[in-house]
Amino acid sequence: MMANFHVTTRTGEKRTLEGVDGWRLMELLRDYKTGIEGICGGQLDCASCHIYVDPDWVGRLPEPRDEEEAKLDELPSWEENSRLACQIIWGEDLDGLTLTVAPD
Amino acid sequence: MSPADFVSPLHSQETDVLIIGAGPVGLFAVFELGLLGLKARLIDTLDRPGGQCAELYPEKPIYDIPGWPTISGQALTDRLMEQAAPFEPDFRFNQRVESLTKRPDGRFQIVTDAGEVHVAPVVFIAAGAGSFTPRRPKLDGIAPYEGKSLFYAVRERAEFEGRDLVIVGGGDSALDWTLDLLPAVKSLTLVHRRDKFRAAPHTVQAMETAVAEGRMNFVMGDLERLTGKNGGANGELTAVTVKSKTGSTTIAADRLLTFFGLNIELGPIADWSLDLEDGKQIRVGTDKFQTTTPGIFAIGDINWYPGKLKLILSGFHEGALAAQEAFRIARPDEKLRFQYTTSSSELQKRLKVA
Repeated sequence: MMANFHVTTRTGEKRTLEGVDGWRLMELLRDYKTGIEGICGGQLDCASCHIYVDPDWVGRLPEPRDEEEAKLDELPSWEENSRLACQIIWGEDLDGLTLTVAPD
Repeated sequence: MSPADFVSPLHSQETDVLIIGAGPVGLFAVFELGLLGLKARLIDTLDRPGGQCAELYPEKPIYDIPGWPTISGQALTDRLMEQAAPFEPDFRFNQRVESLTKRPDGRFQIVTDAGEVHVAPVVFIAAGAGSFTPRRPKLDGIAPYEGKSLFYAVRERAEFEGRDLVIVGGGDSALDWTLDLLPAVKSLTLVHRRDKFRAAPHTVQAMETAVAEGRMNFVMGDLERLTGKNGGANGELTAVTVKSKTGSTTIAADRLLTFFGLNIELGPIADWSLDLEDGKQIRVGTDKFQTTTPGIFAIGDINWYPGKLKLILSGFHEGALAAQEAFRIARPDEKLRFQYTTSSSELQKRLKVA
């Protein structure tokens, strides 16, 4: 089965992309050139993989850990549906995930 | 006075190559330049060498450095410093390069935000993803307030004494400054998006006690709007509005401090008339890693060419090739001889091993 996700990129383009099992969502978004830099490589240091998850999906993802919440605290563009994509591991259960890349 | 006006001969200092960025690639360039007998000076916004390796992932193992099956960001930085040591590089930390211009004599001049002027015939831009800068609040029309009533760090305490101060943030910086400035201000309100803080527990407790005793306020929520005299035209803040789930709160304030952490941005490099790829990386040729301006090179993550891979090892290679051309520019009357460290007594002398 092909599992896809829907992204609104940093430039506002809407794309449907294929997931890769076991990859961090940050790595997928970086590889597909959606505007995500992922500078720190998933260390919860840079917050450059900030995304807004579609409200329908917020409760379907694993809850953020304290370390992720703490990093999200720093972001002036924080919203209720903010997540860091480096903390989300891709799996087929995420088929249909819809998200928007947050502004810089 | 802008930094660019601050050109005093006392502050003008010369070297062979100015390297912007003291990350792993900048450090290894010191070594490659040193083998050719060229002196380097490195300028970095951080307070120590290593760039992202030291700032973002000092403890993280890196697995793709040739010869090091695993090495941490800090250990790699330490090894590169050791390797560069014989060439006595000169470091200027805590400074951001604001301008890069060509002088009438053909050399380049760099002015930093600390007002230092550096001159050299060759410049290496090894700035990675750019410079670390404070994240700004995502609000329209904040520019007039910046540096006047809105600050991202405390440089002078006097700026906040006797003021109605709002501090935004939930980490150590926000909490430490809250407690530090509390006795000096007229009023203080701490704003954070939730009632959990990631700062040290005793600091959080001291803040909570101050709130319970009525010495300061805490408001849960996010910045919504700044209000100033004459619509904020002169940057004179009068109030800060915070929105939360339950509605908006307006707090009378004439000083605002926000602690949103650091962001990496290209910064002034974007204004140096270099050919940029996607607005983020500097285009270079792959023979010398020179930019469209002869004498200015870009190495490491900051550059772009067809096939570019953002790997530390690519940056090492790029620095070695750029150094060859740097020699031709800096020593036009000398012959460039390619030598090996294993056999050349001249190189071994420079390395201080012979």
